[in-house]
Amino acid sequence: MKQTVDSIRTDLLAKKTTAEEIAREALKFAEAENPKTNAYLTFSPERALAAAKAVDQKIAAGEDPGPLAGVPIGVKDVILTRGLRTTCGSRMLETYIPPYDATAVIRIEQAGGVIIGKTNCDEFAMGSSNENSAFGPVRNPVALDRVPGGSSGGSAAVVAQGTAVLSLGSDTGGSIRQPASFCGVTGVTPTYGRVSRYGLTAFASSLDHIGPFSRTVRDSARLLQVMAGRDEMDSTSAFAPVPDYVTALDGNIKGMKIGIPKEFFEGLASDTGDVIQAAIQTLQKLGCEIREIHLPHTAYAVGCYYIICTAEASSNLARYDGVRYTRRSADAGTLQDMYRKTRDEGFGAECKRRIMLGTYVLSSGYYDAYYLKAQKVRALVAQDYAQAFEQVDAIVGPVSPHPAFKLGEKVDDPTAMYLSDIYTVTGDLAGVPCMSVPAGKTPDGLPVGLQIIANHFNETAMFRVADAFEKASIS
Amino acid sequence: MKITEQEVRRVAELANLALTEDEIVRMTHDMDGILEHMEKLKELDTSNVQPMSQVLYDSAETATLRADVERKPLGNADALANAPVSGQGYFKVPRVIEK
Repeated sequence: MKQTVDSIRTDLLAKKTTAEEIAREALKFAEAENPKTNAYLTFSPERALAAAKAVDQKIAAGEDPGPLAGVPIGVKDVILTRGLRTTCGSRMLETYIPPYDATAVIRIEQAGGVIIGKTNCDEFAMGSSNENSAFGPVRNPVALDRVPGGSSGGSAAVVAQGTAVLSLGSDTGGSIRQPASFCGVTGVTPTYGRVSRYGLTAFASSLDHIGPFSRTVRDSARLLQVMAGRDEMDSTSAFAPVPDYVTALDGNIKGMKIGIPKEFFEGLASDTGDVIQAAIQTLQKLGCEIREIHLPHTAYAVGCYYIICTAEASSNLARYDGVRYTRRSADAGTLQDMYRKTRDEGFGAECKRRIMLGTYVLSSGYYDAYYLKAQKVRALVAQDYAQAFEQVDAIVGPVSPHPAFKLGEKVDDPTAMYLSDIYTVTGDLAGVPCMSVPAGKTPDGLPVGLQIIANHFNETAMFRVADAFEKASIS
Repeated sequence: MKITEQEVRRVAELANLALTEDEIVRMTHDMDGILEHMEKLKELDTSNVQPMSQVLYDSAETATLRADVERKPLGNADALANAPVSGQGYFKVPRVIEK
């Protein structure tokens, strides 16, 4: 599939095809291609065809079929879909059938979007390589011996592979931007609170975001447009009005002030650095004013992030105890025994590691030294961004210190894996919108993403830079 | 060493995880490496910094309260549908109180 949201809409309104036909072809193609990457865990043909037929009926009746009419979409398997299995990439939820839809899913379907399946991911969205899925890793469509990144590896892969036009991911510390960078697609982490988290399985609630993947900047803007805005089911969702993202994409970013954080170029692999430097030159040619800036607390962000996210995860994952969520150890005597054995059997190694770390940093005697300290450092990281945005309109830099690595290459060193989140975690800690847009390839042919960061609720500035850069890269 | 096997066992109890002996050894090693990195935060003087627990925006406090109108709940059957063991409209667990 090489369609875009707009091309599908044009074809549908011109009666060149029907949404049902698009959905049938998309499902057929995705099911045939999936064994190469393992990017989808579940297909939803009945749901997809029902949604597609509803679009066709609206078109036949002369009604507007919605901004995402007939677009085949993959949804990360941590986002709840009523009646459609949602595993979170975990043995714990292998047979879990959600009783309700996430708000983002409801809004997509109301906009005419066609959900064709659920995408593979690291267990409970914990990981940077998609190797922590209980249902096997995803392979990077660009280089099948390499990881697609994580945790939204499946969502990045389906868009890169062309087995969906759009997909939904979730980002807590880089889980949308890093796989987008590794797979050569666009991925967006909106402002915290811009998209409702209702129905997103909680990993670290103060850091979790839902966001789009697409092949063009415009398509991500269209998908975010549909999902964004206040939802009374999520008390942290923002009231701020949602501007029209797409009309702002005029390709003219002359005079925009772009900050380059010096700290994002420390420890950067040279093959990635070269692509990023070339991207900065492109922005300069487009008339942007490039300024070196500082985000001085970047070096502390990974430590800060892993204290906060594991603390929140240990609390959020306490609910998987063998009582409510499908799985219970067959070998349980007492209640306590049942909790422990169910959790030992149901969770994979990375989840256990994070639950353990989170329990430790919250435990009596360590709370002040770790958790409280991390919350204070988080304030400093957020302050870095606030000060930077007094001087610049947007910040650009790399997404990841290196391109996609080989499957199995880093699984034995969790600390090294965590440290590679250095350029993405700061954005989540501050809650600012950030995205990855394809910037080019390394000499080995591996995609490199350019990260673009803007101030709270200024997705428009971020999209404008990304769109102008994308247009300049194509021409 | 930042953490010992004995501490890992205590934390596993708090977290309700029944780790095997092999898992304890591996976990101690992994947690030690990560906690070592987390030590870096101690370099920063944060005595005058207010902790940030949430990304907050300006909005009237009451704005997050919904209108006080009745809303249909999930319902008993839906809530129990994913229970590994249920009966009589309840979640069933192993006996907690002996007769």
